[in-house]
Amino acid sequence: MLTFLAYFVATVFLVGFLSRIFVYARSPAPLKIPTTPAPTTRLGVVWRLFTEVVFFNSLFKSDKLAWAGGLAFHAAMAVVLIRHARYFVDPMPAFVGPLQIIGIVAGVVMAAALAFLLLRRLVFERVRHISSRADYWILFLLLGIALSGLLMDFVLRPNIVAIKTQLLTMWSSVTGLPPLNSAGDVMFLLHLLLVGALLVIFPFSKLMHAGGLFFSPTRNQVDNPREKRHVAPWAKALD
Amino acid sequence: MAEYHVPPVADDIKTPALQDGSMAHLAPYPGMAKHMEPMGFPGERVENWQQKGVEKLGELLKKYRSLQVYLDICVKCGACTDKCHYYLGTQDANNMPVQRAELMRSVYRRYFTPAGKMFPGLVNAVDFDEETLQKWFTYFHQCSQCRRCSVFCPFGIDTAEITMAAREIMNAIGVGHKYSVEIIGKVHQLGNNLGIPKPALKGTLEFLEEEILDSTGHNVRLPLDQPGADVLLVAPSADFFSEPHIQSLMGYAKVFHQAGISFTISSYASEAANFGMFIGSYDHQKKIAKRVVEQARDLKVKRLVVGECGHAWRVAYSFWNTLNGPFDFLDPRYPAPQHICEFTHDLLQRGALSLDKEANDNYRVTFHDSCNVARATRMGPKAGGQFEIPRDLIRASCNHFVDMDEDTIHEKTFCCGGGGGLLTDELMDLRIRGALPRVTALKRVMESDKVNFMALICAICKAQFSKVLPMYGIPMDVVGGVHQLVSNAIQLGAKKGVV
Repeated sequence: MLTFLAYFVATVFLVGFLSRIFVYARSPAPLKIPTTPAPTTRLGVVWRLFTEVVFFNSLFKSDKLAWAGGLAFHAAMAVVLIRHARYFVDPMPAFVGPLQIIGIVAGVVMAAALAFLLLRRLVFERVRHISSRADYWILFLLLGIALSGLLMDFVLRPNIVAIKTQLLTMWSSVTGLPPLNSAGDVMFLLHLLLVGALLVIFPFSKLMHAGGLFFSPTRNQVDNPREKRHVAPWAKALD
Repeated sequence: MAEYHVPPVADDIKTPALQDGSMAHLAPYPGMAKHMEPMGFPGERVENWQQKGVEKLGELLKKYRSLQVYLDICVKCGACTDKCHYYLGTQDANNMPVQRAELMRSVYRRYFTPAGKMFPGLVNAVDFDEETLQKWFTYFHQCSQCRRCSVFCPFGIDTAEITMAAREIMNAIGVGHKYSVEIIGKVHQLGNNLGIPKPALKGTLEFLEEEILDSTGHNVRLPLDQPGADVLLVAPSADFFSEPHIQSLMGYAKVFHQAGISFTISSYASEAANFGMFIGSYDHQKKIAKRVVEQARDLKVKRLVVGECGHAWRVAYSFWNTLNGPFDFLDPRYPAPQHICEFTHDLLQRGALSLDKEANDNYRVTFHDSCNVARATRMGPKAGGQFEIPRDLIRASCNHFVDMDEDTIHEKTFCCGGGGGLLTDELMDLRIRGALPRVTALKRVMESDKVNFMALICAICKAQFSKVLPMYGIPMDVVGGVHQLVSNAIQLGAKKGVV
C-alpha cells in the first residue's frame, strides 16, 4: 500500500515539478528587464542568484522579520533533509553521523521558525490581509511535518532500525507497510503521509518558488542590452 | 477646479494602516472607438469579453516568461506591502504590490491551475467577471510600473510586468485607457506625443536659438532635420514646449555647441517617449521606436543621443536594440543609444567643457532618481552608473549638493506619482497622494539643508512635480533638469571643442 503511495507521490512530484520547470524554461523572455543595478556578466548573474538563494539578499533589504524567519526555516530544513540521509542510504554516508545533534537542533529551529512565520502572518495587519486559506494550510502542513518529526525524536520513538530495513526493501513489494507496533510507528506513518501530501501539492502551489526563482528575468538576466542584441523567437517573426 | 485631498506630510515616511477600497472610485477615462480602433483595438467592449480576456491571458503566458513565473511563485511573504508609493499615499489594500498582482493571480488560478479549477475558495481563485474587470481597470491604472517592489521582492517579482499584461488584455477586449491610446495615436500620426506639427517645432527651435543668443551672445543652433549631422538627438517632446523641460533642451544644445559636435533634431522622430511600454504592447513599442531608427539611417547620423526622459531611456537603453537593432550603421566607438548625461559626462571627462559652479550658487541641489532610469537601465560601463553620472554632472555644475534619505534614492527611489501612463488630470487625486513619499523626503532636505532645487532627468517627473509640489506648498520652480544646471554653468566659447 505504502509502496503504491510512494510511487504515486514521487511521480506526481517529479513529473509535476519538472513540467513546471519545463514551462518556465520554454516560455520566452522577449525583453531585457533585469532590475538594475544588475550584473553585466553571466558570472555576476550567477553570484546574484547565489546570494538570493543562500542569503535571501533582497528580502534582507525589505523585511528583517520575514528574512530572519524565512532564512531560519529554509536553512534548518536543509540541515534536517541532509540528516535524513541516514534513513535512506545504506551504508549511511560518513558525514551524516556527526550531523545527528545539529540535525535535531535544526528540527527545533525549523518548527520554531514556522511558528514564528505563522504568528507573523496572523499578527501583522498587511500580511494577514494578503493571506489566503492555502497560505495557512501550507504552513500547517510544514508545521505538522516538523512537529511529528520532533515528537519521534523526543517522545514517541518508532523502531527506526526496523523501519529503515523495511523502507529499503519496500520498493520491491507492492503491499509493503512499515511496522505499526507502537505509537511511535504510527507517528512515523503520519510523518510520512504529511510529507507525501506536501510533495503532491508542491508543483501546483506557491512552493514552486523553489524552482521558479531561477527563471525570474529581473534576477537572472545580464545587463547588456546595448552590447548584445536579445531577440525572442516569436519577436523575430516581426522583424 | 476640483478640491483635492492633500495628505499631511510627516517628518518621516510612515506605513499607514490598511483601508480597503479607499481608491476604488478612481478609474481613468476609458478609450473611445476613435482612440482605440486606429490602434488595432476593438472600439468598444467585445461581446464575449470574458472568454477573449482569458484567452489573451493564456496567449501572454506563452509569450512572457516573466508573467508565467511571477503569477506562479509569489509566496505572499508580504515584504512588498509597504514599498509602493501609491499604497503609502492612499492606504488602499489593492495598492500593495502583492494585492495588485492578486487581482490577476486570482483569475489566473481560476482558469489555468488545477487548484483554482477544483478548489477556488481555498486558493482564492475568481471568475473574470464584471466586478473583477472593474477592479482591473481601476487598480492596474493605479500602478506607475516603477518597479520599486521588484527591488524588494525575494524573487524579483515585477508588478510592472503584470500591470502591462493586464492593460494589454484589457485593450484586447476593448477596455482601454483614453490617455495612453490617444497619445500613441498622435505619435504614429505626427511623430510625437504632443501632436506638434513640423512648422510649430521649427518655430520653437528658432525661438530658442534667439533666446540663447540674447542671453549668452553665442550663436547656439538647434537644427531640425539636418542630414549628415553627427548626432540625432531624440528628446521627449515636452522638452520643446513645457517648463522646466525647455531649460534642459537649451542645456543639451549648449553642450553640443561647446563640444563642436553637430547634431540634429528630427521632426519625424520628435519623441523619445514610448507609451507603447505603458500599455504592454510589444508591437506599438516597436512601431514607435522604429521612427527613430529610420531617421538615424535617413539622416545618416553617426550617433544616437536620448534626452532627459525616464521611461524613454528604459525603452532606448533596454529595448531599442531588441526591437529595431542592430545599430551596426552607427559609430561603434560610442554606445548606441547614448544618454545625454553619458554624452555630457564623457565630454566633461575629456576636458571639452568648462563649467562655472558659481553660476548655480543660488541653488542648493538634491537629485531625484527617476524610477525607470534607476531600476531598469544603466549609464556608463559600470552597474550603478545611472546613479553616479547624473550626480557627477550636478556636482560639476554647482557648489551645494546633498542627497535625500538613502531609503529614497538610487534603486530605492520613489516614483514621482505620475509615471506609467498616469500623468492625466482625471487621476490627479492619485498623483497627489502617490507623490507623498518623495515629498516627505524632499521636505526633509529642504528643512535640514536648505535645499531649493530638485534636479532630475525625466519629462514625466518634471511635469508631475511642477503640478503637484505646489499643492504641498513647494514652489514649482524647485523642479528642473540636470541639464538646466549644466546650461547655467556652461562657459560658452571658453575652450575649443573636441570631436
